[in-house]
Amino acid sequence: MNKMPQWADVVLIPLISLLLAAILSALVILAIGENPWAAFKLMVDGALMRSAGWGYTLYYATNFMFTGLAVAVAFHARIFNIGGEGQAMFAGLGVAYVCLFIPWPHWSLALIGASVGAAVFGALWALIPAYLQAKRGSHIVITTIMFNFIAAALLNYMLVNVLRPPRSMDPATATFPEATHLPSFRDMFSTADNIMFRGAPANVTFFIALAACVLVWYLIWRTRLGYEIRAFGFSESGAKYAGISPVRITIIAMLISGALAGLMSVNTTMGESERLVLNSTEGAGFIGIAVALMGRNHPFGVFLAAILFGFLYQGGAELALWTNIPRELIVVIQALVILFTGALDNMVRMPLEKLFLSMRKGDA
Amino acid sequence: MDFMTLLQVLDSTVRLATPLLLACLAGLYSERAGIFDIGLEGKMLAAAFFSAAVAYMSGSVWLGLLAGIGASVVLSILHGLASITFRGNQLISGVAINFLAAGMTVLVAQSWFAQGGRTPSLTGAARFDPITLPLAETLQNVPILGPIYHELISGHSILVYLAFLMVPGTWWLLYRTRFGLRLRAVGENPAAVDTAGVSVVALRYAAVLICGVLCGIAGAYLATALQAGFVKDMTAGRGFIALAALIFAKWRPWYALSACLLFGLLQAVALRYQNIDLGSFVIPVQVMDALPYILTVVILAGFVGRAIPPRAGGEPYVKER
Repeated sequence: MNKMPQWADVVLIPLISLLLAAILSALVILAIGENPWAAFKLMVDGALMRSAGWGYTLYYATNFMFTGLAVAVAFHARIFNIGGEGQAMFAGLGVAYVCLFIPWPHWSLALIGASVGAAVFGALWALIPAYLQAKRGSHIVITTIMFNFIAAALLNYMLVNVLRPPRSMDPATATFPEATHLPSFRDMFSTADNIMFRGAPANVTFFIALAACVLVWYLIWRTRLGYEIRAFGFSESGAKYAGISPVRITIIAMLISGALAGLMSVNTTMGESERLVLNSTEGAGFIGIAVALMGRNHPFGVFLAAILFGFLYQGGAELALWTNIPRELIVVIQALVILFTGALDNMVRMPLEKLFLSMRKGDA
Repeated sequence: MDFMTLLQVLDSTVRLATPLLLACLAGLYSERAGIFDIGLEGKMLAAAFFSAAVAYMSGSVWLGLLAGIGASVVLSILHGLASITFRGNQLISGVAINFLAAGMTVLVAQSWFAQGGRTPSLTGAARFDPITLPLAETLQNVPILGPIYHELISGHSILVYLAFLMVPGTWWLLYRTRFGLRLRAVGENPAAVDTAGVSVVALRYAAVLICGVLCGIAGAYLATALQAGFVKDMTAGRGFIALAALIFAKWRPWYALSACLLFGLLQAVALRYQNIDLGSFVIPVQVMDALPYILTVVILAGFVGRAIPPRAGGEPYVKER
């Protein structure tokens, strides 16, 4: 028998956690001498009230959907993939190679090519930690953290010593050819007399992220592999008894996770900067952890949480622009969300479970 | 490379290894008691900021050290609450603590000092000064041994000597006292400790608190001894290198010392030489940056000596099911 109705688990607990995080964030803003309500209004204004603001919100949300899904898929197999950042970084190299060295006739083909490149490179970067976890029993959290740092050093080397165009001082690749330019929301939705999403980086990759949400939902709840992943996540010994190979599931789940994390670099590298720069991931790999926890590892939840974090990111940029509140406020909010929805989950859950149990006793 | 250059590299190895060593020992206490801690980085960062801020405002580096330890211990208690009391996921809690520290330090620094997320430079009594050991000046002309004593052993801040003394201290505490035996037991088999009538919760909190204190000293060393003030993200992954060193050391104090010295040496060489020219080919500086992490993965993979973590690590203890 469940201690709580399902809606409480899926909706109520994340909402309470979010509320706690919001209250603490408001206190933090108060403590540094600013007005939380004014700050919130400014964030809403900057992120949601103009189409350009939405263009940024959805651009960030695209990244967070990919990394959130990446963490969520691994979580279903009870694997904590903290290496989304490194996988996305390495995938950036894949995107750069595909865009720079293959002469694409049209952006749509280039997008497919770059997506494959990103997914393959991302998956490759997840493969070694996955293999070591499955075969050698080395803790995947530690190895993926180490791989984040190795990816950063590798990317640094590649950009400074190999891919940097001659006579350029910037550690970045050359600008990608014109044919690989992805249509931005401005190109897609503006009419002749009404320009929408002016200057905003949201682009066609957003729809790939939406498709990825649907595909992940289908994979996890409608396919045999998804069932095996969930079974493995519930009970490793149970899964083994049912003939599911732990090695196979660990590696496949991590490959999918790495590929999803990698796909975000299509958005940042091909969609926005149109060249590979040093810090293109900007911590999105880690935000995926908060997004997955917040979204309860369900693709729809991840979608909503990604939009929320996109809003926080864009709103935070506006705050930094107009007030004395630095961008790091978002990092604090992100930390609080991870803390309450992840680590202190039981703090919210235990009293609620008691409450529901006593209500049920009252009914009987 | 002449003798003096070698000494200078080794000298900077000692300086750079000190924060790693303190953080590594901090992690050792926590993980030996069965509490994984990937929040070492965050605790060091918080301690670095608060020690620098308080040292600047009060002009006393000792008050700064206390403030740093305090900040780190607060985060430790948070980690304890999440992973011991509320039996949450220790890894997720560590991640949250890292972000909390990264964000809060800049936020508070900007609000207090308005210098773009840093503290003003520390001078005079607001910093830990190098200590000249007795007779270092008089003996420095003795061949070989004189310079070694003068350059390498003497002339560090007191926290360096404290960190190195912590190694035998930790060994003694863990392997020669009742507390140490219980601490190690609670990381391997908490149920057995509980059966013996010793509180698992109290032991684990004690370990987490020791971890907080040591991380606090490590952070204070970064901001008030190694450098003069706090800058944004100044720990720069040292908490994770310490974690790597801990695995490299297989959760043992003396091995921790050698692992931290090795990683400190890598940092010192990377700092001094950028790209290393070996004649036929050049080792790029990025290889030196990545080497601690690569070595750790190799060790974790078990190809060169296997690293086996404490058995109950990462699992919350539930008394009754």
